[in-house]
Amino acid sequence: MGELLVEMTGISKSFPGVHALDDAQFELRAGEVHALVGENGAGKSTLMKVLCGIYARDAGVIRVKGVEAYPATPKAAQDLGIAIIHQELNLMGHLTVAQNIFIGREPHRGLLLDEKALNRKATELFEELHILLDPRVRVSRLAVAQQQMVEIAKAFSYNSDVLIMDEPTAALTDTEIDELFRITRTLRDRGHGIVHISHRLEELRQISDRVTVMRDGRYINTVVTAETNIQQIISMMVGRTIFEAAPELPEDPSQEVVLEVRNLNRGRQVRDVSFQLRRGEILGVAGLVGAGRTEVMRAVFAADKPESGQVLINGQPVAIKNPGDAVRHGIAYLSEDRKRYGLALGMDVELNIVLASMRRFMSRFGWMHARAARAQALKLVETLAIKTPGIGQRVKNLSGGNQQKVVIAKWLTADTDILIFDEPTRGIDVGAKSEIYRLLNDLARRGKAVIMISSELPEILRMSHRILVMCEGRITGELSAAEATQERIMTLATQRQSVATAGPETSTAMSVGAN
Amino acid sequence: MQTTTASTSRIRTLATGESVQRLLALGALVILLVFFSIIAPNFATLENYRNILTATASNGLLATGVTFAIITGGIDLSIGTGTAFTSVAMGIVAVNWGLPLPLGLLAGLASGGLVGLINGTLIAKAKLPPFIATLGMLYVTLGMAQVLSDVHPIYFTDPQPALQDFFMGKPIAGIPNIVWVMFGGAAVAWVLLNKTVLGRYTFAIGSNEEATRLSGVNVDRWKIAVYVVGGVFVGLAGIVLAARSASAQPSQGMGYELNAIAAAVIGGTSLAGGEGSIVGTLIGAFLISTLGTGLSVDNVPQQFQYVITGLVVIGAVWLDIFRRRSRA
Repeated sequence: MGELLVEMTGISKSFPGVHALDDAQFELRAGEVHALVGENGAGKSTLMKVLCGIYARDAGVIRVKGVEAYPATPKAAQDLGIAIIHQELNLMGHLTVAQNIFIGREPHRGLLLDEKALNRKATELFEELHILLDPRVRVSRLAVAQQQMVEIAKAFSYNSDVLIMDEPTAALTDTEIDELFRITRTLRDRGHGIVHISHRLEELRQISDRVTVMRDGRYINTVVTAETNIQQIISMMVGRTIFEAAPELPEDPSQEVVLEVRNLNRGRQVRDVSFQLRRGEILGVAGLVGAGRTEVMRAVFAADKPESGQVLINGQPVAIKNPGDAVRHGIAYLSEDRKRYGLALGMDVELNIVLASMRRFMSRFGWMHARAARAQALKLVETLAIKTPGIGQRVKNLSGGNQQKVVIAKWLTADTDILIFDEPTRGIDVGAKSEIYRLLNDLARRGKAVIMISSELPEILRMSHRILVMCEGRITGELSAAEATQERIMTLATQRQSVATAGPETSTAMSVGAN
Repeated sequence: MQTTTASTSRIRTLATGESVQRLLALGALVILLVFFSIIAPNFATLENYRNILTATASNGLLATGVTFAIITGGIDLSIGTGTAFTSVAMGIVAVNWGLPLPLGLLAGLASGGLVGLINGTLIAKAKLPPFIATLGMLYVTLGMAQVLSDVHPIYFTDPQPALQDFFMGKPIAGIPNIVWVMFGGAAVAWVLLNKTVLGRYTFAIGSNEEATRLSGVNVDRWKIAVYVVGGVFVGLAGIVLAARSASAQPSQGMGYELNAIAAAVIGGTSLAGGEGSIVGTLIGAFLISTLGTGLSVDNVPQQFQYVITGLVVIGAVWLDIFRRRSRA
């Protein structure tokens, strides 16, 4: 390994209400691939965004090639030789490959563009990187993997010493990953330093020289990949103590199955998913970001149409063709993005509460039964302890936790039996979280069936009777509350298909990554 | 990773896929010409074809200019009444002030560019949605045209008959010069859009504005440039309209912008941005005036012409969406 390219120490960064980075550190040397791993929200991307001038740090020292440097914009970082390839690619789909790479730096003769020179430069670049791509093809016609190659070539063309790839393999197939790794190694062997942010632990041995683990915005450890194994890394990632309070679960659910999903399919994100949900049960759905958890529930709810599969409610097959059908069958879906999908922010608490059951509060001629609606809203504000000056308050003026309660009140009013919560405590402060937990328990105790998608392992462990774990659109395992641990969930959540088919035990050994 | 064979097959689909809408529009235009020639014997005359060309001149120019803004994902609603403003500016310089006609023409183009500059600044700097900024400028230009002219047309017949003499003159194939102005303008626009940095960034902004900005392109400046180009084409259209009526009409232009936008859309320019072509837009403009002329020759009342034109616009866009969806 060569000279020290980047050295970050004592980096802290806060966002309103969140301590995203706390005394984090990281170093990158020339000629290494340095993997950065951690759970969702561990601060990996935030740390790299600080390095790339997207966020400004609150405290800490950054040295680039030994010199203190604090890039204020992505452009400034680029001038320092630091390029980042974001998870969401930043390309212009209507332009060709070459036009994308040299955007803003087009060769021209006089006033006119020199398209020939442009394509020639791109071809030379691809030859240098051994990438097989036609520079004249429109980017929108390329597969995601190829678009990524375009981004890498673009970053390379700026003569960047430091290349940061945020989850580059998330959307790729195995062969595409091999190609990506080949190019990554080419760049490494030429003395570039590469940061590889990933959730996929089994690929670490394939590509990385060193691994830095982060947890809760803090630096945990940096290890040489060859001298470690997946289990060690997982335990570093999750070594967090669970909530102080003991799990407070309602009594055992009755065995009555209210919802059954059979062989649900939709694209790459929902693959042959089957599960059952019982009355009075809280079913946790765990997995890493992009595992397809939200997609499965949206397909059940028909917010996105499934390609195949069957949904049974109380043992009867039902045809759910749109969200309206789902609601009529007693299913409610509470989106993680409640501001966008869950609430009419500009309207008052009362209207939001009755919004999904308007028909009940309307007379035949469309008049609103104002008194009944008000009574219902007042009742729920009281039961759920929604903190609001009154039911006439606009929802956008409430705190996150109280907004979430309004959404719950809405679905309780609609009298749904099956409630699907997608990240119910995201963006909610700690105090309000425990209130939401109590509410979920209460719902289950009253005989509702609850599905809870969550990326926070302690939350999943504390709340669920049963836990489904997903990876790449498939359910990779089911754990009972008694047998579930953070390590077990993490192992299942990173169990990619190629690994799973290789044998039951191999998923824990890193050597399988070589296939 | 894909091999080169996959890439070459992609190029082939690219070549066909991209121009399908243009080919469809061209096909529709040809079918329309044949159709009218069959059902209306007096349609297929040289004189009538010349009429169609002449009728297309101003809309063709407006549509060509607005194509740039639409490709960036924007819109320009001020181009219709903008022609009133630019032709009045022309009239004031060339008639009221009695300056030489070329200076009047220059005033027409410059006033158009000024409107474009204001549009672009409102959109790029003040961050107004293009729809709102240019809707506002629709009324401002109309009002200014009427204020400056005192709501009276300015006639170029005396002492300036040169305007009509030149632009409506027919030195080649009996086709008036305004038609050649349109083709010339379209040629310049084609070069701008396909061969210069301006065109490249026009597509880039429409395709992914944020990515373009992150690549270090000064997106604001190029957006302004796009609206200025559109404004200069409004100036050209103003000259053509003034030449046809030998006057600057301070109340003209309301609704012209919709004709121009319809032409661009029929020709395959996407209102979502990132796609469009000058050739397609011209075909769209010809299609609209062929329809108008053909229906008039057939004595179809004006009210039905509106209905049919509307259906064509809806059909063209629906076809485009359908084609995209089946390709995806």
